[in-house]
Amino acid sequence: MLWDALTLQLGYNATLVAVGATLLGVSAGVTGTFLFLRKRALVSDAISHATLPGVCLAFMVLVAFGGDGRNLPGLLAGSAVSAWVGLLCMNWLTRNTRLAEDAAIGAILSVFFGLGIVLLTVIQTMGVGRQAGLEGFLLGSTAGMLWADALIIAAGGAATLLLVLIIRRPMTMVAFDPEYAAARGLPVHRIDLAMMGLVMAVTVVGLKIVGLILIVALLIIPPVTARFWTERSDRVVLLAGLAGGLAGYLGAALSASAPNLPTGPIIVLVSFGFFALSLLFAPVRGVLAAVLQHLKFQRRVHIRQGLLALAQGQKIYEPLTLRLLTRAGLVRADGVATEAGKARAAKALRDEKRWEVVRADQAHEATAALYDGLRDIETVLTHDQIIEIDRQIGGPQGVPT
Amino acid sequence: MLELAADKGVSVAESGVDDSPLAIRGMTVSYGQKPAVFSVDMTVQPGAMTAIIGPNGAGKSTLLKAALGIVSPLSGQVTVFGAPLEQQRARIAYVPQRASVDWDFPTRVIDVVLMGLSRQLGLLGRIRARHMARALDCLHRVGMRDFADRQIGQLSGGQQQRVFLARALAQEADLYLLDEPFAGVDAATEKAIIAVLKSLKEAGKTVVVVHHDLATVTDYFDHVFLINTRKVAEGPVAEAFTAETLQAAYGGRLATAQIDQISRALG
Repeated sequence: MLWDALTLQLGYNATLVAVGATLLGVSAGVTGTFLFLRKRALVSDAISHATLPGVCLAFMVLVAFGGDGRNLPGLLAGSAVSAWVGLLCMNWLTRNTRLAEDAAIGAILSVFFGLGIVLLTVIQTMGVGRQAGLEGFLLGSTAGMLWADALIIAAGGAATLLLVLIIRRPMTMVAFDPEYAAARGLPVHRIDLAMMGLVMAVTVVGLKIVGLILIVALLIIPPVTARFWTERSDRVVLLAGLAGGLAGYLGAALSASAPNLPTGPIIVLVSFGFFALSLLFAPVRGVLAAVLQHLKFQRRVHIRQGLLALAQGQKIYEPLTLRLLTRAGLVRADGVATEAGKARAAKALRDEKRWEVVRADQAHEATAALYDGLRDIETVLTHDQIIEIDRQIGGPQGVPT
Repeated sequence: MLELAADKGVSVAESGVDDSPLAIRGMTVSYGQKPAVFSVDMTVQPGAMTAIIGPNGAGKSTLLKAALGIVSPLSGQVTVFGAPLEQQRARIAYVPQRASVDWDFPTRVIDVVLMGLSRQLGLLGRIRARHMARALDCLHRVGMRDFADRQIGQLSGGQQQRVFLARALAQEADLYLLDEPFAGVDAATEKAIIAVLKSLKEAGKTVVVVHHDLATVTDYFDHVFLINTRKVAEGPVAEAFTAETLQAAYGGRLATAQIDQISRALG
């Protein structure tokens, strides 16, 4: 069943949903990255909650003019208008009052959402309102997705991606260093608005699939996931798009493979799965890597300290140091250095002196920055450079490198 | 003489400073009700190295940021090489304070320097070999060539400051504005930065630096601008950087011993 879902063989609706969710995941991940880099991730929560009154008002207007209240383009247009109003209110509060952004987000989010719920309740007491299925916009409802709906999502997602591609450089510059960007003449405020407008577009497009409450997860989790794997912003963008797209596709397939599994929440959970895996297993930034690095570092410190102690003829009492040195064959069980141990100890002491020279010399600055008291000098300098340094130090020249 | 011209309502053009690299007129900036910079006029001399000096909270950085439009002034006019600021952005390179950015941002040293080339690259232009070469050359000039591929968070404070300077160099501007580039940096960095700034001056560029270390003013700069919310003095170091002007700018905050020391250094 799951295999059928993954290979898009579960029928027309399931295929539409899977394709739509994938596109949505990619554009949400890519767009959300800039919000994340700008450290304004929570703005997306205010934007998404501010869509609800617009959806409801659009429904009322459509019905009042005798149209079909479930017309998706109409409802999405309404949601976009109210999200934009919410966004402008929030911006105004942050820029022109002493309210901090988090407080402004809280105020806008709750007020707009509250208004939306009131309107939703009013609609449900209207005769035509009961079948409208507007509450589906809260958590997404993919059951009755149409070809036209999928097209809107695809077109919206593609347009968003294209715009991101065009303004990615200014957005990155503003996110990294807004003052420098302003000094270069970039319209920082307008770039921020454009970024949030893109987030709004993704939100509106995603209403049908994941709903307004959970879209924030698709905007934030993929960039955070991607950040674990790279130190370059352009790659964070690409990886976030990949993680988002994969989560959308897998989530949609999973939810189609069994009855009564809600699409949006499953997508979010799959996305969280990627995040959890990255958090644990990512190299360098992951939790596991950090623990391993710490242990490895601790061992190197102990061995280094032990060698320096040996070189200076001091007795070693620290059990971990002794154990590590013994295991490496550098000291015997009774704590006396072996021949190999003596050689390594002499080398360690000499390396300390060599590092001293390196760190005092401006020409070696890039190398000196690597100094951690542990590194063997030959891993960072050439043989000739070491000979030159040994000449500066003087004394016996035969110490191995 | 400039102030006289302004007092008499003579236009800037008539007073002969219309092509100054940076001319500020009547700049007032306020955070809330208390002005941080009040009615300041400044005329930067072309091809000179000018230090903006004053006590903490005197509005030094604010003046620079207002001149660049980073903070919006209550009033004031800025011309750059005789034309409005907005037309001359490409000729200005700004080095912000190091603390103003998040150094855990996912970017490498070379990426930061390439930001200095954003005008050449445009929105969609590919980063070509010549852009890369120029960025690497700028890193070389600040002694950071070997660090190009490092993540910026791995750098020391002084190295971060030099990367910012390299980014400014990449712009190939005519006017360089630096905000406290020597604050909290190591001696090697200070030497590297001042060498670069002096080479810029020799190439005919204009350099303006917000500076806090009075002891090095006479060594590093040829012009000073003393500010304490209002302008206190402006001119060549020998004329404007004296015991009297310092006393006026710093008031009781500067120990008499310090002033004596500086006076002696000035001869």
